[in-house]
Amino acid sequence: MEIGVFTVSDITRNPLTGEIPTENQRIKAAVAIAKKAEEIGMDVYATGEHHNPPFYASSPTTILGYIAAQTERITLSTSTTLITTNDPVKIAEDFATLQHLADGRVDLILGRGNTGPVYPWFGKNQQDSVELTIENYHLLRQLWDNDVVNWEGKFRTPLRNFTSTPRPLDGVAPFVWHGAIRTPQIAEIAAYFGDGFFANNIFWPKEHYQQLIGLYRERYAHYGHGAADQAIVGLGGQFFMAKKSQDAVNEFRPFFDNAPVYGHGPSMEDFMAQTPLTVGSPQEVIEKTLSFQEFFGDYQRQLFLIDHAGLPLKTVLNQLDLFGELVLPELRAEFAKRRPAHVPDRPVHTTRKASPVPAPA
Amino acid sequence: MKITVVSAGLGVPSSSRMLADQLSHAVSEELTARGKSVAVSTVEVRDYAVDIANNLVTGFAPPSLASMLREITEADALVVVTPVFSGSYSGLLKSLFDVIDNTALRGMPVILGATGGSARHSLMLDHAMRPLFSYLRARVVPTAVYASPQDWGAGDDDEPVLNERVRRAARELAEMTGTYSTPRSPEEPLASLPFEDLLANITKPAGQRTQAPEHSSNR
Repeated sequence: MEIGVFTVSDITRNPLTGEIPTENQRIKAAVAIAKKAEEIGMDVYATGEHHNPPFYASSPTTILGYIAAQTERITLSTSTTLITTNDPVKIAEDFATLQHLADGRVDLILGRGNTGPVYPWFGKNQQDSVELTIENYHLLRQLWDNDVVNWEGKFRTPLRNFTSTPRPLDGVAPFVWHGAIRTPQIAEIAAYFGDGFFANNIFWPKEHYQQLIGLYRERYAHYGHGAADQAIVGLGGQFFMAKKSQDAVNEFRPFFDNAPVYGHGPSMEDFMAQTPLTVGSPQEVIEKTLSFQEFFGDYQRQLFLIDHAGLPLKTVLNQLDLFGELVLPELRAEFAKRRPAHVPDRPVHTTRKASPVPAPA
Repeated sequence: MKITVVSAGLGVPSSSRMLADQLSHAVSEELTARGKSVAVSTVEVRDYAVDIANNLVTGFAPPSLASMLREITEADALVVVTPVFSGSYSGLLKSLFDVIDNTALRGMPVILGATGGSARHSLMLDHAMRPLFSYLRARVVPTAVYASPQDWGAGDDDEPVLNERVRRAARELAEMTGTYSTPRSPEEPLASLPFEDLLANITKPAGQRTQAPEHSSNR
């Protein structure tokens, strides 16, 4: 089980002070948060990808490359990398390079994106979104898995005798997760290739994600990668905590009430009851997180959103300190106790290098 | 048969609710006369005003709204009645239909009704409200029923009385559900074509693509 943080990379006004951080401050904060995540013993730092204000993360491998140089242990990931509008050749090159620099501490979560105008900005059509995902990922696999690629498709200029360099580290491509919130074809792609499936699990009730994860597990078994409960599942989550539950509620409420995505809507109490959000004591964070395992089955990756909605860096770092001290050890022990022996542990470069997964026939 | 009545009036009691009750009563009678057993449930949109707004903001329905939405999408027919506001139907009613999946009402038989302060707003039903349900590909009966204050008394001289219009709409709905009702499956199971088919379809001409199994046969 790996536990980490993921960011949307939003630049949001702090509702208490009225201050809006600069792009520079938020980019430097990303590095500080990643280093803190490693320091407290987390396993993953993942960044989103956006190409419009108020977001800073248009260039994830630049950010992750810099973090790679400043850390030693943590896995660098994305949440998500846009498989629809990025050129799969550039994804193959960028992430293989990052893999070499980070000594294999790299994976990525692919997603379709949620911003309509990104398609035309990159010369694509949103109507083609699912087809772009299928064709681009199919090409990306070949670029990593085959030394020489001859390829022709619908959306990209053909490749003749093309070799994507650098080749993946040790001949093992970065592990790939596929993120989706409503599209069954994405679960199918993940299952077909024996890749991971990531449900962001943030903004909607958990029942919503259960169907997609169920479909992914079923198809994963269908393609012979293992039993349904051996499929590789990742989940998002979000928390804000204080030693006393009521302090957490009081501190977080102005940030919740003004948050870009769900602010000015339901009460924080309703949103907590209806979605995976926890605002409360460390014990409440532990209990809620373990309830995901009870609901979705054993899973391999838990990422938390902790730096959005204008929360200042100092607060985020304090949250991580608390998490490292009071939550992480308990979660690790309990997840380890619950995971049956036949359910695989998290996919990391060292173990995947030792036993590579065969490509689909 | 399950009939769901959606009343968008804001007052308690409201004249929209009075018209809605009259319509649902007539529909029950017409269907019962045709040998059908009828269960009616009535939704006051006002009771869900905040939940509907929250659904617009967050993208998901809180539990009580979710169960109300199922009352609508799982019905065999709908009666929808609104007051006229600013030349159109109620904005809250529009918001309600905005949070329902736009394929969930395909083929749904519907009676439209409206109430207003004078008879001058009656064509709102056909010029504003009917297109909403055309977009949703519901099957709206030809007679839409408008009630002005006069209609609760003697009515206007050149119009059939309200009861007769209500009865005509109910009869049309009963005939529609009796003659060419098709099974509706609002919740299509989550499924995907196998990956190989998904990939092969990309370069095939539109007419030659492998299709997912058809679950809904309305259109």
